[in-house]
Amino acid sequence: MSTEKKSSEPLFSKKNKKLITDPLTDNNPVTIQVLGICSALAITVQVNQAIVMSLSVLFVIIMGNWIVSLLRNLIPSRIRIIVQLLIVASLVIIVDQVLAAYLPDLSEKLSVFVGLIITNCIIMGRLEAFAMANKPWPSILDGFGNGIGYGAILIIVAVFRELLGSGTLMGIPIFGNPLPGEESGLYELGYQNNNLMILPPMALIIVGIIIWVQRSRNKALIEEH
Amino acid sequence: MALNKESNGFTFGFAIVLVVVLGIILASLAEGLKPLKEQNVRVKKQIDILSAMMDVEEAGINRSNAELEFPKYVNLDDAVVLNNSGDEIGKGKEAFEIDIKKEYRDKTLETKDKRFPLFIAKDKTDSTRYIIPVVGKGLWGPIWGYICLKEDMRTVAGVSFAHKTETPGLGAEINKPFFMDRWKASMISDASRNFKKYEVVKDNSGSTDPSKIDGITGGTITSKGVEEMVNRSLAIYSNYFKNINTK
Repeated sequence: MSTEKKSSEPLFSKKNKKLITDPLTDNNPVTIQVLGICSALAITVQVNQAIVMSLSVLFVIIMGNWIVSLLRNLIPSRIRIIVQLLIVASLVIIVDQVLAAYLPDLSEKLSVFVGLIITNCIIMGRLEAFAMANKPWPSILDGFGNGIGYGAILIIVAVFRELLGSGTLMGIPIFGNPLPGEESGLYELGYQNNNLMILPPMALIIVGIIIWVQRSRNKALIEEH
Repeated sequence: MALNKESNGFTFGFAIVLVVVLGIILASLAEGLKPLKEQNVRVKKQIDILSAMMDVEEAGINRSNAELEFPKYVNLDDAVVLNNSGDEIGKGKEAFEIDIKKEYRDKTLETKDKRFPLFIAKDKTDSTRYIIPVVGKGLWGPIWGYICLKEDMRTVAGVSFAHKTETPGLGAEINKPFFMDRWKASMISDASRNFKKYEVVKDNSGSTDPSKIDGITGGTITSKGVEEMVNRSLAIYSNYFKNINTK
Protein backbone atom coordinates (compact mmCIF):
# COMPACT_ATOMS: atom_id res chain seq x y z
CA MET A 1 0.00 0.00 0.00
CA SER A 2 2.80 2.35 0.85
CA THR A 3 4.50 1.81 -2.48
CA GLU A 4 1.54 2.95 -4.51
CA LYS A 5 1.14 5.90 -2.20
CA LYS A 6 4.69 7.05 -2.59
CA SER A 7 4.16 7.76 -6.26
CA SER A 8 1.20 10.00 -5.56
CA GLU A 9 2.16 11.62 -2.27
CA PRO A 10 5.32 11.75 -0.16
CA LEU A 11 5.15 9.93 3.18
CA PHE A 12 5.54 13.13 5.15
CA SER A 13 3.82 15.62 2.87
CA LYS A 14 2.74 18.96 4.25
CA LYS A 15 -0.75 17.63 4.72
CA ASN A 16 0.51 14.61 6.62
CA LYS A 17 2.80 16.66 8.83
CA LYS A 18 -0.14 18.83 9.74
CA LEU A 19 -1.90 15.72 11.02
CA ILE A 20 0.79 15.41 13.67
CA THR A 21 1.38 19.06 14.51
CA ASP A 22 -2.23 20.23 14.64
CA PRO A 23 -3.26 18.19 17.67
CA LEU A 24 -0.15 19.39 19.45
CA THR A 25 -1.09 23.04 19.21
CA ASP A 26 -4.20 24.56 17.73
CA ASN A 27 -6.35 21.47 17.77
CA ASN A 28 -5.22 19.79 20.96
CA PRO A 29 -7.71 17.08 21.96
CA VAL A 30 -7.60 18.06 25.64
CA THR A 31 -7.34 21.84 25.70
CA ILE A 32 -9.22 22.73 22.53
CA GLN A 33 -11.67 19.88 22.04
CA VAL A 34 -11.86 19.29 25.81
CA LEU A 35 -11.91 15.51 25.47
CA GLY A 36 -10.30 12.88 27.67
CA ILE A 37 -10.62 15.07 30.76
CA CYS A 38 -11.59 12.14 32.98
CA SER A 39 -8.21 10.46 32.78
CA ALA A 40 -6.45 13.82 32.98
CA LEU A 41 -7.94 14.11 36.46
CA ALA A 42 -7.38 10.57 37.55
CA ILE A 43 -3.82 9.62 36.81
CA THR A 44 -1.91 12.88 36.91
CA VAL A 45 -0.86 12.66 40.56
CA GLN A 46 2.50 11.21 39.55
CA VAL A 47 4.53 11.83 36.41
CA ASN A 48 5.42 8.13 36.08
CA GLN A 49 1.79 7.14 35.87
CA ALA A 50 1.04 9.92 33.39
CA ILE A 51 3.84 8.74 31.12
CA VAL A 52 2.73 5.11 31.10
CA MET A 53 -0.87 6.19 30.61
CA SER A 54 0.16 8.40 27.69
CA LEU A 55 2.13 5.59 26.08
CA SER A 56 -0.79 3.20 26.53
CA VAL A 57 -3.22 5.64 24.95
CA LEU A 58 -0.72 6.34 22.17
CA PHE A 59 -0.50 2.63 21.37
CA VAL A 60 -4.26 2.15 21.47
CA ILE A 61 -5.06 5.20 19.35
CA ILE A 62 -2.44 4.43 16.68
CA MET A 63 -3.37 0.77 16.40
CA GLY A 64 -7.08 1.56 16.60
CA ASN A 65 -6.87 4.19 13.88
CA TRP A 66 -4.84 1.87 11.70
CA ILE A 67 -7.10 -1.17 12.08
CA VAL A 68 -10.32 0.81 11.64
CA SER A 69 -8.85 2.53 8.61
CA LEU A 70 -7.92 -0.82 7.05
CA LEU A 71 -11.43 -2.11 7.64
CA ARG A 72 -13.22 1.14 6.83
CA ASN A 73 -14.64 -0.09 3.52
CA LEU A 74 -15.89 -3.30 5.09
CA ILE A 75 -17.44 -2.09 8.34
CA PRO A 76 -21.23 -2.01 7.96
CA SER A 77 -22.28 1.53 8.86
CA ARG A 78 -25.12 0.36 11.10
CA ILE A 79 -22.77 -1.31 13.56
CA ARG A 80 -19.69 0.84 13.05
CA ILE A 81 -19.62 2.30 16.57
CA ILE A 82 -19.86 -1.15 18.12
CA VAL A 83 -17.11 -2.40 15.83
CA GLN A 84 -14.88 0.53 16.81
CA LEU A 85 -15.60 -0.10 20.45
CA LEU A 86 -14.72 -3.78 20.06
CA ILE A 87 -11.41 -2.94 18.44
CA VAL A 88 -10.53 -0.35 21.09
CA ALA A 89 -11.59 -2.66 23.89
CA SER A 90 -9.45 -5.49 22.54
CA LEU A 91 -6.42 -3.23 22.21
CA VAL A 92 -6.92 -1.96 25.75
CA ILE A 93 -7.12 -5.51 27.09
CA ILE A 94 -3.87 -6.29 25.27
CA VAL A 95 -2.18 -3.28 26.92
CA ASP A 96 -3.62 -4.22 30.31
CA GLN A 97 -2.44 -7.83 30.05
CA VAL A 98 1.02 -6.92 28.84
CA LEU A 99 1.44 -4.39 31.66
CA ALA A 100 0.25 -6.91 34.23
CA ALA A 101 2.75 -9.46 32.96
CA TYR A 102 5.82 -7.29 32.41
CA LEU A 103 5.37 -4.16 34.56
CA PRO A 104 3.38 -5.51 37.52
CA ASP A 105 4.17 -2.63 39.87
CA LEU A 106 2.96 0.02 37.45
CA SER A 107 0.00 -2.05 36.42
CA GLU A 108 -1.07 -2.17 40.07
CA LYS A 109 -0.82 1.59 40.37
CA LEU A 110 -2.74 2.31 37.18
CA SER A 111 -5.24 -0.39 38.11
CA VAL A 112 -8.62 0.48 36.71
CA PHE A 113 -7.50 3.45 34.64
CA VAL A 114 -5.96 1.34 31.88
CA GLY A 115 -9.35 -0.29 31.44
CA LEU A 116 -10.90 3.16 31.27
CA ILE A 117 -8.88 3.98 28.15
CA ILE A 118 -11.82 2.31 26.39
CA THR A 119 -14.02 5.21 27.40
CA ASN A 120 -11.50 7.88 26.45
CA CYS A 121 -13.50 10.00 24.04
CA ILE A 122 -10.39 11.05 22.13
CA ILE A 123 -9.92 7.54 20.81
CA MET A 124 -13.50 6.92 19.74
CA GLY A 125 -13.59 10.46 18.36
CA ARG A 126 -10.56 9.93 16.13
CA LEU A 127 -11.78 6.53 14.95
CA GLU A 128 -15.19 7.88 13.98
CA ALA A 129 -14.09 11.26 12.65
CA PHE A 130 -10.83 10.37 10.96
CA ALA A 131 -10.00 6.70 10.53
CA MET A 132 -13.41 5.81 9.06
CA ALA A 133 -12.81 8.25 6.21
CA ASN A 134 -9.07 8.15 5.61
CA LYS A 135 -6.34 5.85 4.37
CA PRO A 136 -4.25 3.85 6.85
CA TRP A 137 -1.07 5.96 6.73
CA PRO A 138 -2.71 9.34 7.45
CA SER A 139 -4.77 7.57 10.11
CA ILE A 140 -1.64 6.35 11.86
CA LEU A 141 -0.22 9.88 11.79
CA ASP A 142 -3.47 11.31 13.08
CA GLY A 143 -3.46 8.79 15.92
CA PHE A 144 0.16 9.60 16.70
CA GLY A 145 -0.50 13.36 16.75
CA ASN A 146 -3.55 13.10 18.97
CA GLY A 147 -1.91 10.60 21.29
CA ILE A 148 1.09 12.89 21.75
CA GLY A 149 -1.14 15.94 22.13
CA TYR A 150 -3.08 14.16 24.87
CA GLY A 151 0.06 12.84 26.54
CA ALA A 152 1.76 16.24 26.54
CA ILE A 153 -1.08 17.83 28.49
CA LEU A 154 -1.25 14.86 30.83
CA ILE A 155 2.44 15.11 31.64
CA ILE A 156 2.36 18.90 32.08
CA VAL A 157 -0.51 18.56 34.55
CA ALA A 158 1.27 15.70 36.32
CA VAL A 159 4.50 17.70 36.69
CA PHE A 160 2.63 20.49 38.49
CA ARG A 161 0.62 18.14 40.66
CA GLU A 162 3.48 15.89 41.70
CA LEU A 163 5.93 18.75 42.29
CA LEU A 164 3.57 20.93 44.32
CA GLY A 165 1.54 18.13 45.87
CA SER A 166 4.23 15.65 46.89
CA GLY A 167 7.45 17.63 46.39
CA THR A 168 8.81 14.97 44.04
CA LEU A 169 9.25 14.41 40.31
CA MET A 170 9.04 10.82 39.04
CA GLY A 171 9.36 9.81 42.69
CA ILE A 172 12.61 11.73 43.25
CA PRO A 173 12.44 14.28 46.08
CA ILE A 174 13.01 17.82 44.79
CA PHE A 175 12.41 19.99 47.84
CA GLY A 176 14.03 17.80 50.48
CA ASN A 177 12.66 15.46 53.10
CA PRO A 178 9.18 16.37 54.42
CA LEU A 179 9.04 13.77 57.23
CA PRO A 180 8.19 15.36 60.58
CA GLY A 181 11.26 15.43 62.77
CA GLU A 182 13.76 14.96 59.97
CA GLU A 183 12.89 17.81 57.64
CA SER A 184 15.52 19.00 55.24
CA GLY A 185 15.73 21.44 52.33
CA LEU A 186 12.70 23.67 51.82
CA TYR A 187 10.71 21.81 54.47
CA GLU A 188 13.21 22.93 57.10
CA LEU A 189 12.23 26.50 56.29
CA GLY A 190 8.57 25.72 56.91
CA TYR A 191 7.47 24.85 53.38
CA GLN A 192 4.50 22.49 53.17
CA ASN A 193 3.24 20.31 50.37
CA ASN A 194 -0.09 21.43 49.01
CA ASN A 195 -2.46 18.53 49.64
CA LEU A 196 -5.09 20.13 47.44
CA MET A 197 -2.81 19.44 44.46
CA ILE A 198 -3.22 15.74 45.04
CA LEU A 199 -7.01 15.85 44.88
CA PRO A 200 -8.70 15.59 41.47
CA PRO A 201 -10.23 19.12 41.34
CA MET A 202 -6.75 20.62 41.09
CA ALA A 203 -6.16 18.77 37.82
CA LEU A 204 -9.22 20.48 36.40
CA ILE A 205 -7.95 23.86 37.52
CA ILE A 206 -4.52 23.24 35.97
CA VAL A 207 -6.11 22.15 32.70
CA GLY A 208 -8.18 25.32 32.90
CA ILE A 209 -5.06 27.43 33.34
CA ILE A 210 -3.42 25.73 30.35
CA ILE A 211 -6.53 26.43 28.28
CA TRP A 212 -6.47 30.08 29.40
CA VAL A 213 -2.76 30.54 28.59
CA GLN A 214 -3.15 28.90 25.21
CA ARG A 215 -6.13 31.02 24.21
CA SER A 216 -4.67 34.26 25.37
CA ARG A 217 -1.60 33.60 23.23
CA ASN A 218 -3.68 32.68 20.20
CA LYS A 219 -6.83 34.78 20.11
CA ALA A 220 -8.16 32.84 17.10
CA LEU A 221 -8.89 29.92 19.41
CA ILE A 222 -11.39 31.83 21.51
CA GLU A 223 -14.90 30.61 20.78
CA GLU A 224 -17.57 33.19 20.03
CA HIS A 225 -20.85 33.02 21.76
CA MET B 1 -18.20 -10.75 -6.05
CA ALA B 2 -20.51 -7.88 -5.38
CA LEU B 3 -21.15 -7.58 -1.70
CA ASN B 4 -23.93 -5.52 -0.28
CA LYS B 5 -22.28 -4.44 2.93
CA GLU B 6 -25.45 -2.92 4.29
CA SER B 7 -27.39 -6.17 4.06
CA ASN B 8 -28.39 -7.96 7.26
CA GLY B 9 -26.44 -11.02 6.24
CA PHE B 10 -23.19 -9.13 5.80
CA THR B 11 -23.67 -7.16 9.00
CA PHE B 12 -24.19 -10.33 11.03
CA GLY B 13 -21.39 -12.13 9.23
CA PHE B 14 -18.98 -9.25 9.81
CA ALA B 15 -19.87 -9.02 13.48
CA ILE B 16 -19.45 -12.75 14.00
CA VAL B 17 -16.11 -12.96 12.20
CA LEU B 18 -14.76 -9.91 14.05
CA VAL B 19 -15.80 -11.18 17.45
CA VAL B 20 -14.37 -14.64 16.80
CA VAL B 21 -11.06 -13.26 15.54
CA LEU B 22 -10.69 -10.82 18.46
CA GLY B 23 -11.78 -13.52 20.89
CA ILE B 24 -9.10 -15.91 19.66
CA ILE B 25 -6.40 -13.22 19.83
CA LEU B 26 -7.33 -12.13 23.37
CA ALA B 27 -7.81 -15.65 24.69
CA SER B 28 -4.44 -16.83 23.41
CA LEU B 29 -2.74 -13.70 24.76
CA ALA B 30 -4.30 -14.19 28.18
CA GLU B 31 -3.32 -17.86 28.21
CA GLY B 32 0.19 -17.07 27.04
CA LEU B 33 0.78 -14.46 29.73
CA LYS B 34 -0.95 -16.40 32.51
CA PRO B 35 2.16 -18.07 33.96
CA LEU B 36 3.94 -14.71 34.09
CA LYS B 37 1.04 -13.00 35.80
CA GLU B 38 0.60 -15.78 38.33
CA GLN B 39 4.29 -15.62 39.09
CA ASN B 40 4.04 -11.86 39.58
CA VAL B 41 1.26 -12.31 42.11
CA ARG B 42 3.20 -15.01 43.96
CA VAL B 43 6.40 -12.95 44.02
CA LYS B 44 4.54 -9.88 45.23
CA LYS B 45 3.06 -11.87 48.08
CA GLN B 46 6.47 -13.20 49.07
CA ILE B 47 7.95 -9.71 49.10
CA ASP B 48 5.01 -8.40 51.13
CA ILE B 49 5.40 -11.17 53.71
CA LEU B 50 9.12 -10.56 54.04
CA SER B 51 8.77 -6.80 54.24
CA ALA B 52 6.84 -7.11 57.51
CA MET B 53 9.88 -8.76 59.01
CA MET B 54 12.77 -6.90 57.43
CA ASP B 55 13.86 -4.16 55.07
CA VAL B 56 13.63 -6.06 51.80
CA GLU B 57 15.37 -3.32 49.85
CA GLU B 58 18.33 -3.36 52.19
CA ALA B 59 18.52 -7.15 51.91
CA GLY B 60 18.60 -6.77 48.14
CA ILE B 61 15.37 -8.67 47.60
CA ASN B 62 13.36 -7.64 44.59
CA ARG B 63 11.00 -9.15 42.09
CA SER B 64 13.77 -10.94 40.23
CA ASN B 65 15.20 -12.91 43.15
CA ALA B 66 12.32 -13.11 45.61
CA GLU B 67 11.45 -16.70 44.74
CA LEU B 68 14.98 -17.79 45.64
CA GLU B 69 15.30 -15.62 48.75
CA PHE B 70 11.86 -16.27 50.24
CA PRO B 71 12.47 -19.91 51.30
CA LYS B 72 15.67 -18.83 53.08
CA TYR B 73 13.54 -16.93 55.58
CA VAL B 74 10.14 -18.59 55.54
CA ASN B 75 9.72 -22.34 55.75
CA LEU B 76 6.28 -22.94 54.30
CA ASP B 77 6.16 -26.47 55.80
CA ASP B 78 5.90 -24.84 59.22
CA ALA B 79 3.06 -22.56 58.22
CA VAL B 80 -0.26 -23.03 59.99
CA VAL B 81 -3.87 -22.48 58.97
CA LEU B 82 -6.33 -21.35 61.65
CA ASN B 83 -10.09 -21.14 61.77
CA ASN B 84 -12.12 -18.23 63.03
CA SER B 85 -11.65 -19.14 66.69
CA GLY B 86 -7.91 -19.61 66.42
CA ASP B 87 -7.76 -23.40 66.27
CA GLU B 88 -5.31 -25.07 63.96
CA ILE B 89 -7.08 -26.67 61.01
CA GLY B 90 -4.21 -27.17 58.59
CA LYS B 91 -0.50 -27.06 58.11
CA GLY B 92 2.07 -26.58 55.39
CA LYS B 93 2.11 -25.09 51.93
CA GLU B 94 -1.65 -24.65 51.67
CA ALA B 95 -1.28 -21.62 53.94
CA PHE B 96 0.45 -19.70 51.17
CA GLU B 97 -2.27 -20.52 48.65
CA ILE B 98 -5.10 -19.06 50.73
CA ASP B 99 -6.38 -15.81 49.26
CA ILE B 100 -7.50 -14.02 52.41
CA LYS B 101 -8.59 -10.96 50.44
CA LYS B 102 -11.01 -13.12 48.50
CA GLU B 103 -12.29 -14.88 51.62
CA TYR B 104 -12.71 -11.56 53.42
CA ARG B 105 -14.86 -10.18 50.62
CA ASP B 106 -16.79 -13.38 50.01
CA LYS B 107 -20.25 -12.70 51.44
CA THR B 108 -21.41 -16.28 50.88
CA LEU B 109 -18.61 -17.71 52.98
CA GLU B 110 -19.56 -18.02 56.64
CA THR B 111 -17.15 -16.56 59.15
CA LYS B 112 -16.55 -19.95 60.72
CA ASP B 113 -15.44 -21.34 57.36
CA LYS B 114 -12.88 -18.62 56.71
CA ARG B 115 -9.25 -19.63 56.97
CA PHE B 116 -6.43 -17.63 58.50
CA PRO B 117 -2.87 -18.50 57.55
CA LEU B 118 0.12 -17.93 59.84
CA PHE B 119 3.65 -17.95 58.46
CA ILE B 120 6.59 -18.90 60.61
CA ALA B 121 9.91 -17.44 59.62
CA LYS B 122 13.50 -16.94 60.72
CA ASP B 123 15.02 -13.49 60.52
CA LYS B 124 18.65 -12.68 59.81
CA THR B 125 19.70 -13.41 63.37
CA ASP B 126 17.92 -16.77 63.19
CA SER B 127 15.26 -15.87 65.74
CA THR B 128 11.74 -17.09 65.10
CA ARG B 129 9.20 -14.67 63.69
CA TYR B 130 5.44 -15.09 63.25
CA ILE B 131 3.91 -13.34 60.29
CA ILE B 132 0.19 -12.67 60.23
CA PRO B 133 -1.62 -11.51 57.10
CA VAL B 134 -4.42 -8.99 57.63
CA VAL B 135 -7.00 -7.49 55.30
CA GLY B 136 -9.64 -4.81 55.74
CA LYS B 137 -11.34 -1.72 54.34
CA GLY B 138 -9.92 1.77 53.97
CA LEU B 139 -11.79 4.87 52.86
CA TRP B 140 -11.94 4.11 49.12
CA GLY B 141 -11.01 0.48 48.81
CA PRO B 142 -9.25 -2.52 50.29
CA ILE B 143 -6.25 -2.24 52.59
CA TRP B 144 -4.09 -5.15 53.63
CA GLY B 145 -0.82 -5.99 55.22
CA TYR B 146 1.32 -8.31 57.31
CA ILE B 147 2.14 -8.11 60.99
CA CYS B 148 5.32 -9.74 62.23
CA LEU B 149 5.61 -10.88 65.85
CA LYS B 150 8.74 -11.71 67.80
CA GLU B 151 9.41 -15.13 69.32
CA ASP B 152 7.46 -14.20 72.46
CA MET B 153 4.35 -14.15 70.23
CA ARG B 154 3.36 -10.82 71.77
CA THR B 155 5.69 -8.08 70.64
CA VAL B 156 5.36 -6.64 67.15
CA ALA B 157 8.65 -6.82 65.25
CA GLY B 158 7.36 -4.95 62.25
CA VAL B 159 4.41 -4.44 59.94
CA SER B 160 3.85 -3.77 56.29
CA PHE B 161 0.64 -2.19 55.09
CA ALA B 162 -0.60 -1.62 51.59
CA HIS B 163 -3.70 -0.16 50.01
CA LYS B 164 -5.35 0.00 46.65
CA THR B 165 -6.79 3.48 46.29
CA GLU B 166 -6.40 5.51 49.48
CA THR B 167 -5.97 9.28 49.07
CA PRO B 168 -2.35 10.10 48.20
CA GLY B 169 -0.71 12.17 50.90
CA LEU B 170 -3.39 11.27 53.44
CA GLY B 171 -4.70 7.74 53.91
CA ALA B 172 -2.18 6.42 51.41
CA GLU B 173 0.56 7.17 53.91
CA ILE B 174 -0.24 3.94 55.78
CA ASN B 175 2.37 2.21 53.64
CA LYS B 176 5.06 4.75 54.51
CA PRO B 177 7.85 3.80 56.95
CA PHE B 178 7.03 6.60 59.42
CA PHE B 179 3.60 5.11 60.06
CA MET B 180 4.61 1.44 59.96
CA ASP B 181 7.52 2.07 62.34
CA ARG B 182 5.06 3.28 64.96
CA TRP B 183 3.81 -0.29 65.34
CA LYS B 184 7.20 -1.69 66.24
CA ALA B 185 7.54 -2.89 69.85
CA SER B 186 3.80 -2.54 70.47
CA MET B 187 2.10 -5.50 72.17
CA ILE B 188 -0.82 -7.53 70.91
CA SER B 189 -1.65 -9.08 74.27
CA ASP B 190 -1.18 -8.53 77.99
CA ALA B 191 1.11 -10.56 80.27
CA SER B 192 -1.36 -13.44 80.52
CA ARG B 193 -1.67 -13.46 76.72
CA ASN B 194 -5.19 -12.07 76.59
CA PHE B 195 -5.71 -10.05 73.44
CA LYS B 196 -5.50 -6.30 73.92
CA LYS B 197 -7.25 -4.10 71.39
CA TYR B 198 -5.21 -1.60 69.47
CA GLU B 199 -6.30 1.99 69.36
CA VAL B 200 -5.26 4.38 66.62
CA VAL B 201 -5.22 7.74 68.40
CA LYS B 202 -5.00 11.41 67.49
CA ASP B 203 -3.59 12.79 70.73
CA ASN B 204 0.04 11.79 70.20
CA SER B 205 -0.08 9.31 73.08
CA GLY B 206 0.90 6.42 70.82
CA SER B 207 4.55 6.43 71.75
CA THR B 208 3.89 5.89 75.45
CA ASP B 209 1.22 3.18 75.47
CA PRO B 210 2.12 -0.16 73.79
CA SER B 211 -1.42 -0.69 72.52
CA LYS B 212 -1.91 2.81 71.14
CA ILE B 213 -0.68 3.95 67.75
CA ASP B 214 -0.59 7.53 66.49
CA GLY B 215 -2.85 7.88 63.49
CA ILE B 216 -2.29 9.89 60.32
CA THR B 217 -3.45 13.49 60.24
CA GLY B 218 -6.11 13.85 57.56
CA GLY B 219 -6.30 10.09 57.13
CA THR B 220 -8.72 9.35 59.93
CA ILE B 221 -10.96 6.90 58.12
CA THR B 222 -8.04 4.95 56.71
CA SER B 223 -6.40 4.92 60.15
CA LYS B 224 -9.62 3.62 61.67
CA GLY B 225 -9.73 1.01 58.90
CA VAL B 226 -6.25 -0.13 59.87
CA GLU B 227 -7.34 -0.28 63.51
CA GLU B 228 -10.38 -2.41 62.69
CA MET B 229 -8.37 -4.69 60.39
CA VAL B 230 -5.62 -5.27 62.92
CA ASN B 231 -7.96 -5.87 65.85
CA ARG B 232 -10.26 -8.24 63.97
CA SER B 233 -7.34 -10.37 62.79
CA LEU B 234 -5.20 -10.28 65.91
CA ALA B 235 -8.13 -11.34 68.10
CA ILE B 236 -8.11 -14.64 66.21
CA TYR B 237 -4.37 -15.16 66.20
CA SER B 238 -3.87 -14.18 69.83
CA ASN B 239 -6.27 -16.99 70.75
CA TYR B 240 -4.02 -19.41 68.94
CA PHE B 241 -0.90 -18.04 70.62
CA LYS B 242 -2.56 -18.23 74.00
CA ASN B 243 -3.62 -21.84 73.43
CA ILE B 244 -0.26 -23.14 72.31
CA ASN B 245 1.47 -21.37 75.19
CA THR B 246 -0.84 -22.59 77.95
CA LYS B 247 -1.07 -26.18 76.78
